[in-house]
Amino acid sequence: MEELLSIFVRSIFSDNMIFTYYLGMCSFLAVSKNVKTALGLGIAVTFILVCTLPINYLLENYVLKEGALQWLGPEYAEVNLSFLALLIFIAIIAAFTQLVEMVVEKFSPSLYASLGIFLPLIAVNCAILGGSLFMQQRAFSNVGVATVYGLGSGIGWTLAIVGMAAIREKLAYSDIPKPLRGLGISFIITSLMGIAFMCFSGLKI
Amino acid sequence: MGLLSKKNKEVLVGPLSMNNPVIVQMLGICSSLAVTSKLEPAIVMGISVTVVVAFANVIISLLRNTIPNRIRIIVQLVVCAALVAIVSEVLKAFAYDVNKQLSVYVGLIITNCILMGRLEAFALGNGPWESFLDGIGNGLGYAIILVLVGFVRELFGSGTLLGFQVIPQAFYDMGYVNNGLVILPPMALIIIALIVWYHRSRNKELQEN
Repeated sequence: MEELLSIFVRSIFSDNMIFTYYLGMCSFLAVSKNVKTALGLGIAVTFILVCTLPINYLLENYVLKEGALQWLGPEYAEVNLSFLALLIFIAIIAAFTQLVEMVVEKFSPSLYASLGIFLPLIAVNCAILGGSLFMQQRAFSNVGVATVYGLGSGIGWTLAIVGMAAIREKLAYSDIPKPLRGLGISFIITSLMGIAFMCFSGLKI
Repeated sequence: MGLLSKKNKEVLVGPLSMNNPVIVQMLGICSSLAVTSKLEPAIVMGISVTVVVAFANVIISLLRNTIPNRIRIIVQLVVCAALVAIVSEVLKAFAYDVNKQLSVYVGLIITNCILMGRLEAFALGNGPWESFLDGIGNGLGYAIILVLVGFVRELFGSGTLLGFQVIPQAFYDMGYVNNGLVILPPMALIIIALIVWYHRSRNKELQEN
C-alpha cells in the first residue's frame, strides 16, 4: 500500500510527465488556450493512460519479455519478443484512442468539436507511449503499481495543462514583446513552472 | 523535371529556417528538450530522426494511393514503429552508451509529431522523391535546433563539447564556475524561447498577435 501511495504521489509531482520529462509537449502547447478544453484533453489522456498501462504491462510480462512465454511450456522459455514491444504498445494505444474518440463524439459533441484534430492525435501523444516505455524500463512489480503509475502520470499531466491554460488566459491582457508572443512566452512560462515543480524532487512518503 | 528543380529546392531548404519544424511549426518539441543536455546525444538523435522521417515519408508516399483514408493513422504508426525499431536495434548494436543516455526517447521517435505531421501534411499528397527531400529537410531543421541547444547547454553546463574540455583550467582557477542550472531540464525551454525570440525578430511575418 505504501509503495502504491509513494508511486502515485511521485508520478504526479516529482516525476511529472511535462515538467520533468517533457512528454506530450506538442498538445500541451497547442491546446492550452482555455481551461475548459485543457481539462477535457487532460481527462482523456488520463483515461487512456489508465486503460493502456495495465494492458501493456500484462503483455510485456506474459508475452514479450525474454522468457515470458514460459507459461506455455518449457520449450518456449528462450523466446524473446522484446523487439516487438514498440509495435504492440502503439497498436494498443491507437485502438484505445479510437474508442475514446467514439465515446466523446457520442456524449459530448461540444468537447469533441473544440478538441478537433488533437483527439485522434492522442494516439501519438508522447506522454502515453512514454508511460508504457517507462513502465517497461522500471520493471514495476505488479499490475496494480502500473495502473497507479498511469493514473498518477495522467493527473500530473492534467494538472500541468490546466495550470498552463489558466495562465495563458490571463496573458491575453499582458504587454509582451512582439516576437515573444505565442510560442516564445509559453516556453518561458513552462520553464518557470518546471523550476517550481523541481522543489518536489526528492519527495518521499 | 530535374531532380533538384526550384520547387524541390524550396521543399528541402524551407524547413531549415522559415518553416522550421520546431520553432515555427511547433512540432517535435518533447524530444528536443529532453536529449539536449549534452551535444553527442543531440547529434545522434538528430540523425536518427532525419533517417526515420525521410524513409517513412518515402514509404507512405509510395503507398499513398492504396491506403484507405479511415485507417491511415494506424498504417502510418505501423510504418513508423517498424522503422524506429530498426533504428533502435542499430543504436543498441553500434552506439550502446548513447543509446543508454537517450533511454526511452529513441522509442518515442514514433510519437514525434514531426513524423506524423510530415506524413499527414506532405507524404500523403506528393511523390516519393519530393517526400524524401521534405523528410531530409525537416529532419535537418530539427537537428539544427537540437545541436544549437545541446551546444549551449554542454558548453555552459559542463564546460565541455562532445566530452572534451573546452573552457581552460585557468578560468576555473580564476573563480569561473560551471552553471549547474543549464543542465537542468527547464533551461532547455528558455534557450529555445531565446532562439524563437531571435528568429521572430528577424522574420517579422512569423510574429503572432
